[in-house]
Amino acid sequence: MIKLTTPLRDEDIKNLKSGDAVTITGVIYTARDAAHARLVKLLEEGKELPFDVKGQIIYYAGPTPAKPGQPIGSCGPTTSYRMDSYSPAILDQGLKGMIGKGARDSKVKESIVKNHAVYFAAVGGAAALIAKSVKSSEIIAYEDLGAEAIRRLEVVDFPAIVINDCNGNDLYEIARNSSK
Amino acid sequence: MRVLDLNLVTDEVARLCIEANYFIGSDVLNKIKECQKTETSELGKVILGQIIENDEIAANDNVPMCQDTGLVVVFLEIGTEVKIDGDIYAAVNAGVAKGYKDGYLRKSVIRHPLDRVNTQDNTPAVIHTKLVPGSDKVKIIVAPKGGGSENMSALKMFKPADGVKAIKEFVVDTIKNAGGNPCPPIVVGVGIGGNFERCAELAKESLLREIDDVNPDPIAAALEAELLELVNNTNVGPQGLGGTTTALAVKVETQACHFASLPVAINLNCHAARHKEVTL
Repeated sequence: MIKLTTPLRDEDIKNLKSGDAVTITGVIYTARDAAHARLVKLLEEGKELPFDVKGQIIYYAGPTPAKPGQPIGSCGPTTSYRMDSYSPAILDQGLKGMIGKGARDSKVKESIVKNHAVYFAAVGGAAALIAKSVKSSEIIAYEDLGAEAIRRLEVVDFPAIVINDCNGNDLYEIARNSSK
Repeated sequence: MRVLDLNLVTDEVARLCIEANYFIGSDVLNKIKECQKTETSELGKVILGQIIENDEIAANDNVPMCQDTGLVVVFLEIGTEVKIDGDIYAAVNAGVAKGYKDGYLRKSVIRHPLDRVNTQDNTPAVIHTKLVPGSDKVKIIVAPKGGGSENMSALKMFKPADGVKAIKEFVVDTIKNAGGNPCPPIVVGVGIGGNFERCAELAKESLLREIDDVNPDPIAAALEAELLELVNNTNVGPQGLGGTTTALAVKVETQACHFASLPVAINLNCHAARHKEVTL
């Protein structure tokens, strides 16, 4: 098990290979469909993003409401392909990691290599388990989007698997090809 | 004639929404544990272990097992000897709103597919109604369905000449293309026959069955067994990362159809396979 802390450094990313199991500790940001649309619109308008994405990780998640006394509700990954059309523009701003589930398209994969970044999967549905790794949660943008708002999470030992590494490997493709 | 208490319908729907999201069916959990023993991929075993742990945490802590607590699908089976004094659909939707608020469940429903404004209470539900002649009971089945798996579903109108071979290819291709998106191991619902809209309902209804049951129709039962083997030989595996546990079960439901038609729908469910029911 590889232990990562955020923000991700270039040497951390260089050493990650598709198939590695990792745990992530530090700050990560949630953003999903509607939040991504707004972020990319800001970039198109030449405006600043609501948080500095350099070296950071975006987690594709829309949690359930937190119960009283809990930092967050259940918060597993959502399907990543819906963010494919937005991700290259955000990677170009210095984003280093993404966490979701399911395969990415070729443009995202190229952008991951070009920008020396990494795409992780968390286990889809393991939302109660993942919530245990979240120590605090704060909405930092787009509160009106509800579950789709951007949240700053402090996590300890968040469990993930490296899917796309910075050398262009793709764990889904590796798994698919091994069946032939 | 018995009069149905619509307040009771609201309360029971609310309870079922919460229970379906917090508590995995014991049949499903046992099946996942069984598959973990036979899974050949080491990573697959780890993933199935995380799913089992997750489902146990959710049940013990009374929290949703998945953050996508779904669009609620409700099946009403209403006896013809029951008098319904009022709007049962409103009562069901009131139950959904109550359950999603009281249970701290995510509100994922938008009022219009194109303007995409959240209704904030997870209503309206998709409600299917069936009349049961001679019965004085009302059965309510609540099945919250997540977007990740629902989005990977498919429907195709085959030619009768295409036959069973084409159906098998359609199922396998749909699951291969879906990869990790529907959160495998999945439960696969296949509806064959009826017409365009009915085959989709059949596929959805098949997902309400117990994980280990077998269709009493021997033709459908044989197809279920064969499809499960084909699907688990695809090496999609847990979360699409390779392995022998792609599906926990394949369910096939059939219905009479036009002699020119062979409609087939595939509805995929994630490993949680959520549904709870009550009879009033």
